[in-house]
Amino acid sequence: MSSTQSLPDNGNTLLNTLPKTPSGISGLDQITMGGLPTGRPTLICGSTGCGKTLFSLEFLIRGAQEYGEAGVFMAFEEKPQELAMNVASLGFDLNKLQEEKKIKVDYVHIDRSEIEETGEYDLEGLFIRLGYAIDTIGAKRVVLDTIENLFAGLTDLGILRAELRRLFGWLKEKGVTAIITGEQGEKTLTRQGLEEYVSDCVILLDHRIINQISTRRLRIIKYRGTLHGTNEYPFLIDEEGISVLPVTSLQLDKPVSSESIPTGIPALNEMLSAGGFFRGSSVLVSGTAGTGKTSMSASFINQACKDGLRCLYFAFEESPLQIMRNMHSIGMDLQSHIDAGLLKFYASRPTLYGLEMHLVAIHKAIKKFQPQVVVLDPITNLITIGSVSEVKAMLVRLIDFLQEQQITVMFTALTLNNIVNEQTDEGVSSLVDAWILIKDIEMNGERNKGLYVMKSRGMKHSNQIREFVISENGLDLMDVYLGPEGILTGSAREAHRLEEQTGKVLHTHTLDRIDRELQRKRKVLESKIDSLRTEFESTEDELNKIYTEEEIRKDVLSQTREKMTSYRSNSSSSASE
Amino acid sequence: MDEDYKDWGIEDVPVYQLKLFVAGTSSLSVRAISNLKLILSKYLDGRYELDIIDVYQQPEMALQDDVAAVPMLLKKFPSPTRRLIGDMSDTAKVLRGLGI
Repeated sequence: MSSTQSLPDNGNTLLNTLPKTPSGISGLDQITMGGLPTGRPTLICGSTGCGKTLFSLEFLIRGAQEYGEAGVFMAFEEKPQELAMNVASLGFDLNKLQEEKKIKVDYVHIDRSEIEETGEYDLEGLFIRLGYAIDTIGAKRVVLDTIENLFAGLTDLGILRAELRRLFGWLKEKGVTAIITGEQGEKTLTRQGLEEYVSDCVILLDHRIINQISTRRLRIIKYRGTLHGTNEYPFLIDEEGISVLPVTSLQLDKPVSSESIPTGIPALNEMLSAGGFFRGSSVLVSGTAGTGKTSMSASFINQACKDGLRCLYFAFEESPLQIMRNMHSIGMDLQSHIDAGLLKFYASRPTLYGLEMHLVAIHKAIKKFQPQVVVLDPITNLITIGSVSEVKAMLVRLIDFLQEQQITVMFTALTLNNIVNEQTDEGVSSLVDAWILIKDIEMNGERNKGLYVMKSRGMKHSNQIREFVISENGLDLMDVYLGPEGILTGSAREAHRLEEQTGKVLHTHTLDRIDRELQRKRKVLESKIDSLRTEFESTEDELNKIYTEEEIRKDVLSQTREKMTSYRSNSSSSASE
Repeated sequence: MDEDYKDWGIEDVPVYQLKLFVAGTSSLSVRAISNLKLILSKYLDGRYELDIIDVYQQPEMALQDDVAAVPMLLKKFPSPTRRLIGDMSDTAKVLRGLGI
């Protein structure tokens, strides 16, 4: 047995588990936990046009290109040239690989009209051809596409069945990892019941059309001896081959960051205590029609690009050129970011393909561009192709994936103008980390926009409603004016502002007048005080005058008395003589 | 008329070019070879060239002539190309396949 991939030495697994061969098909190896069973045949079945041939061919080509394993493709349906042409559209050069002896295509043609069965026979010729092809290029991988065609060419079912059983046994003996494709039957997985013989791994491809939109899905019906994903996984065939989308790991163990990314609107940054949204968080911007959701997300990426972050914009409504033109009118030059390689648009109509396909396409675009910021505008348009619960499931997976990659994502969502709906924006409001709501405020014959932060996990945020204004200079939030009926917006706000200004002028004017009056009063009082003082002084003078006169009189009196006394004594002495 | 047709056929078809692919010396191979030789000597005596190819020995020949089931008798000339598979035990079918 040519085990191509040795087991991972886990240390804890002492038991020999099933060796697996990586298919190289993006996503499939995750679902199968390593790939297809090495050295065993795998059956891939499905209805017409579900991608069986492409699937198996990609298995070979990836094997040759990425894992250095040569492969043999035994075609029962298509000619080598046709095959080469088919895969050329996916960018694979089958002819070159054949020249390099990495892949060998062997076309087995069985034309019933040419054949005459003349007795007993077996399919040894096929075995020899296959063995020869395997040995000449040392193939490790083999594809038989579609072996059931043998049943159309040959009639002896007994022989065919016995030979097929022998073939699968022989393939196992050869130790090649084989894919056998089979057309889906009415009630069985394959028309001829190949699943009877190939029992190690069975993969069913399905191409379903729901609401006129087709979705390819893949399911592992059986994989002996190993764990595997059991869901139906959507897959996509595009210019890079097949990609299968593993429905997320639903573990909640994603890394978190406390770094923040500015919102692009300075006033909004101020409303959030972290100064923006956390890196790797998911932001929902919702609002009714024409509230500026797209402008808001454009402003977000505009800022991110200015900060040198890589941004990817998924537009489900407008074309990139349309968005760029519109954003130019409000002062954002997105073209320069595209030129700088920082911004990329990815526009597609929601109805282009199913929800799952969108998810796969988004995954692919993100893996390819490696952005740090992603915008989905708007997610509500996806509703046209799926039910609410489906969209929610898809978004859960998308958010999960983005968180894992530490990508900040902004969704925009259109809300219908009723209150019931506000709380259930596709049910994603509970998934997102931050939710910015833009509301229409109709008042005074005007329609204005009010913005508020409904929630923002892990940070303080303003509880106020701000007026959201879009001008040619960009987006801004206006301060709140509180009037008697609540906040004032638009011209009412403007009027209120003017009114306040007038009030102020009047107020200062009044103050001046009172001042002047006071001044005058003071002057009057002061002059009054002056006159009183003068009066007081004159009264005092009067008083002083009286007092002095009294003194003088006293003096004069005493002098007179003395004079009188001396005079009297003189006269008495003379008399006695 | 019948004579004429046969003569014409004999004259115009110089030799049947036949290739018999067998896988080794299995009982099927052996049976096919002996059955075929019997038929050929009886119906196409001297008017055939038969190559017997063992696909084990010459697998590239099997590829070239698109062999899947063995034993297989390939008649390329006269046209149309026919492939007769099996051990040639059903003589009627062999003759029909060869166009005789």
